[in-house]
Amino acid sequence: MADRIKIRAQTQGEVTDIRILMQHPMETGQRKDDQGQRFPMHFIQTFMVSLNGKPIIDGQLNTSISKNPLFAFKARGIKTGDRLLVAWKDNLGEQRQDETTVT
Amino acid sequence: MFQLRRTFLKGGVSAALLSPFIGTGLLAPTRLLAAEWNKNAFTALTVNDALKAYGSANAFESRDIVINAPEIAENGAKVEVDITSNIPNTRSLAIFADKNPMPLCSAIEFSGPALPYVRVQLKMAETTRVRAVAKTADGKSHVAFREIKVTLGGCGG
Repeated sequence: MADRIKIRAQTQGEVTDIRILMQHPMETGQRKDDQGQRFPMHFIQTFMVSLNGKPIIDGQLNTSISKNPLFAFKARGIKTGDRLLVAWKDNLGEQRQDETTVT
Repeated sequence: MFQLRRTFLKGGVSAALLSPFIGTGLLAPTRLLAAEWNKNAFTALTVNDALKAYGSANAFESRDIVINAPEIAENGAKVEVDITSNIPNTRSLAIFADKNPMPLCSAIEFSGPALPYVRVQLKMAETTRVRAVAKTADGKSHVAFREIKVTLGGCGG
């Protein structure tokens, strides 16, 4: 099972910074081990962020996103007590979702 | 017998009552991941093919997309890039690294209170031009460029 998604929301004035860390190997399929065998591709393909159950960000990724992808977004008008949910799915069908309450 | 008939009727009624909600998402569990991964665009091997598959072959160059990135990235495995679109009604941002084996890195769609901004860490194979494509609500594409020098490639290893 994949590790927990870390979600941080920090509001300054009207705008909230949302930082998301999804722990994932993001293998490109090009890296080789000592024997010259390629590690198979393993990467997050889609993710979404929802605010109080409503999707606000839909993302699609390639293998060229760094290992343990860290994203930052901005949104307006997020309040204390709002719920932010992040969910991702990778090319092998693994998925993970986590939620946080804005403080 | 009567008992059975009662149960049937009851079952029928409740199914009929609920059916309008099925498919509206009201009864569905938390919605996971809407759009299908855009395989054609992501697996395209040249930037022109990737742009075409993404539907942005005819993008207008714009100064209203701001790309912040290091001029020289020492480690191509983690190059932090942030993109802001100041074009009104921007609905999505996509990032391409021209010389990466598969140039399209990421495509993000924004709705509701989300602002057209993203900060992301890319792997870059070599020194290359990065382009950010913003699509607006009218379906038009806008593009901005930025050259990033890479001293150590981040794809193989």
